Amino acid sequence: MNFPIISALILLPMIGSIFLFFSKDSSENKSTTKYVALFTSVVNFLLSIYLWILFDSTISDFQFIEDRNWLVGFVNYKVGIDGISILFIILTTFITPLCILSVNNTIKNRLRDFLIAILVMESFMIGVFCALDLFVFYLFFEAGLIPMFLIIGIWGGPRRVYSAFKFFLYTLLGSVLMLVAIISIYWITGTTDVVQLYELGIDVKFQNLLWLAFFSSFAVKTPMWPFHTWLPDAHVEAPTAGSVLLAAILLKMAGYGFIRFSLGLFPLASEFFTPLIYTLSVIAIIFTSLIALMQEDMKKLIAYSSVAHMGFVTLGVFTIKQQGIEGSIIQMISHGLVSAALFLCVGVVYDRMHSRLINTYGGIVSIMPKYSVLFMLFTLAALGLPGTSGFIGEFLILMGVFRDNFLVAVIASFGVILGAAYMLWLYKRVVFGKLINKELKKMIDLNKTEYLILISLAIPTLFFGFYPDPLINTIEVSVNDLINMYNLNLLTKS
Amino acid sequence: MDNLHLVLPEIFLSLSIMFLLILGVFKKNSFYLIHNISLIVLLITAVITFNETTSINKELLFNQSVIIDPLSSLMKIVTLLAAFTVLTVSTNYLKIFNIFKIEYSVLILSSVLGMMIMISANDLIVFYMGLELQSLALYVLATFNRENLKSSEAGLKYFVLSALSSGLLLYGCSLIYGFSGSTNFEVISTQLNSNEYALTFGIVFILVGLAFKISAVPFHMWAPDVYEGSPTTVTLFFTIVPKIAALTVFIRFLYVPFLNLVDQWQMIIIFLSIASMLLGAIAAIGQTNIKRIIAYSSIGHIGYALAGLSTGSNDGIQSSIVYIIIYIIMNLGFFSCLLMLKRNNEYYESLDDLSGLSKNHPLLSLSLLIILFSLAGIPPLAGFFAKFYIFKSVIEQSMYFLAIIGLLSTVVAAFYYLRIIKIIYFDNEKEKFDNDHNSWLKFSLALSTILILFYFIFPSKIIEVVSRINII
Repeated sequence: MNFPIISALILLPMIGSIFLFFSKDSSENKSTTKYVALFTSVVNFLLSIYLWILFDSTISDFQFIEDRNWLVGFVNYKVGIDGISILFIILTTFITPLCILSVNNTIKNRLRDFLIAILVMESFMIGVFCALDLFVFYLFFEAGLIPMFLIIGIWGGPRRVYSAFKFFLYTLLGSVLMLVAIISIYWITGTTDVVQLYELGIDVKFQNLLWLAFFSSFAVKTPMWPFHTWLPDAHVEAPTAGSVLLAAILLKMAGYGFIRFSLGLFPLASEFFTPLIYTLSVIAIIFTSLIALMQEDMKKLIAYSSVAHMGFVTLGVFTIKQQGIEGSIIQMISHGLVSAALFLCVGVVYDRMHSRLINTYGGIVSIMPKYSVLFMLFTLAALGLPGTSGFIGEFLILMGVFRDNFLVAVIASFGVILGAAYMLWLYKRVVFGKLINKELKKMIDLNKTEYLILISLAIPTLFFGFYPDPLINTIEVSVNDLINMYNLNLLTKS
Repeated sequence: MDNLHLVLPEIFLSLSIMFLLILGVFKKNSFYLIHNISLIVLLITAVITFNETTSINKELLFNQSVIIDPLSSLMKIVTLLAAFTVLTVSTNYLKIFNIFKIEYSVLILSSVLGMMIMISANDLIVFYMGLELQSLALYVLATFNRENLKSSEAGLKYFVLSALSSGLLLYGCSLIYGFSGSTNFEVISTQLNSNEYALTFGIVFILVGLAFKISAVPFHMWAPDVYEGSPTTVTLFFTIVPKIAALTVFIRFLYVPFLNLVDQWQMIIIFLSIASMLLGAIAAIGQTNIKRIIAYSSIGHIGYALAGLSTGSNDGIQSSIVYIIIYIIMNLGFFSCLLMLKRNNEYYESLDDLSGLSKNHPLLSLSLLIILFSLAGIPPLAGFFAKFYIFKSVIEQSMYFLAIIGLLSTVVAAFYYLRIIKIIYFDNEKEKFDNDHNSWLKFSLALSTILILFYFIFPSKIIEVVSRINII
């Protein structure tokens, strides 16, 4: 394969944003800029689907590897994919066009700059998921802060400055320790190439500290309790498209990082710290679900529910069982679709009423029937109803955890019930009940674009709920290989 | 003397300075002429330096008191080019303040000459001569806007504190001479050994003097005031050009005469480095004047460069040099932006004046955005790579404490860079600034922004150049 398809995936949104940069930012030009951005991201999506078709899911090695000299004698620009990363890449390329479609009502000023930020963000996110060198990974991981900071800060709500700063500094603080760890790994082993590191392994005596350094970065980004406080602020203040990107893709970088780096590079340390992860995850699931129950603000509620869902993900990853890890990956993909849809649903009513408070609404089922149906679907998917993709993920994770630790599994299952409680209660208060607020009557049902966006999110949610095989087939071999390697490392090193 | 051609750049520069002085005396209103000739002189000197000295591995001249090696030739070229850029962007500013005089160019040329001598010094006396030549020119430059009270104050402050530090330096030199019996760096290096405790005093005095010149904490107090008071173009000169020479001298002192005393000076340098990084990050938070912020930011950046020096390895030296070069490019870009904040012949330098800049001047703000994120060290911009090389060499020596403190202070420092970005991008707009900028100014801004933004495509080019420098 000579055509560098992965680099093309990374570069294409960049090229699109350069085109946009040279276009004029005026009100007449609005639709042109939007179509340019949309075109770029759709082409990127098709390219990633093409990649999925070419991808051979029966072998566990990395595929489509590109390896170029970069920082001579130190780091090579190395990218490639395996069964795990391909799904995240497709999630990214799938969500981005929907974000671009959704800007119609939300972004009033500087549309062009917003689209540039989204496209640049997309290429950094794809970079994160296909980097096969720790340094390249770090570069993309951190670079994503710049566009997200601007998205929250320029187009966000009233407390946007506070939220943008909190987001940026929190994540940066978490990540600098990872940089120290990456450089240390280089001096310990002589390379930062992930594939080589998988083979070489890292000396046992360093593993715990290095694991903690990576953990500090991923825990903030996931976010795990108690490092999650930036997330509700960032979500609430970000514009809809920003929240969608944040919830659907940015949070997944850390889950992906846990699987790829924490498990892959530091198996002994992962084994050692599993109780810590279990504890934090269980606290996250129960605690943030309870907090979510108390929220008045719809976006904040969904933000806290994201923390709880990511708690399931970290739980599943560290079971180191086939079901657990597969469940985590499917949970991440599903959460990417569902949380994106939920934020868009909130965005739909916010654009009409300019309020995110739950008690503003009530009884909108009679005014917006289409909206209510779709919102219902995503609510049910979020609480993991069988037949939606949410169910597959949670079920597999809990299966993995039950095999590993009964008590943790029981507590986590209790979290599922709490999840159902806050999501259904939210739905009940917003959609059902009496129509008290007269202002609501002016609201119109979904327009074509909104309908298109929500439907295109609903289809995969339902499809993978009934038929998760395409997902499982893609990741199975890679996950299996990861677990074998992990167990082998445990045996030989200890 | 068959190798006199190696000092041809210095000879050419000093002759040109004399010529320009005479020209200035005999020809009235020759500001432009002298300014332009100075530019050409700087370029020619850079070319001569490049031609004559880049291929030299190591040559000693004048009874071994002057050294020509890859370090000196690279740093001289960087100094000359930096001075060239400063001169090109100065014209508009000087004209508006009515201080566009022949002395400006001549003083800059003389201080550059002093720096070149410092860079090539292999002897305490030659080093001190170069240092004084550049300092005297800088004192005058600081007060160049003599109608302005702050500028005069800045010059006076700089003069007094700098004279004090020169005194300390001289005292240190005399102690070293006393113990080693020579002023030549290499002789000193063979004569000194760490058994003499009194010798440590000599080293401390010399390091204190140098720390003053490079404005490392705790000898930084002059920097914010001088940077704020001096005319902006002079501040630009202060923040970049003398740092190159001072860093080179630092490298020379630490790694030639004091090489065997690593244990004695390493702790001092680590302390200077940590203190500078932390203070540079924390003290800038409360500032409202952009020039003061840049002063603290440059203190912080010097801290990172010193962290590279403290490692005692070739890698560390090279990373410091890369750091200082990237720092120069970023500062050049930042000051070019600052020099564009002009409305009705008045320059603005308070943070509030930047408010909402992005709505009226999208391109200028975008450049500032890139430069500020780069100063904060966020990938994939050049500033990140600069910091990365430093920490790579620091961690190689297992100095984890220094690395972690350094990286944590980048997070603190990120706060005030973000604050400037916040003011530019998130706040409400104010009146427009003028758009009629000198094309050199635009060029230097565009060039530095592009270099910073696209550094990641060819990150090893600069390393290739620097890797020829092997001091140890």
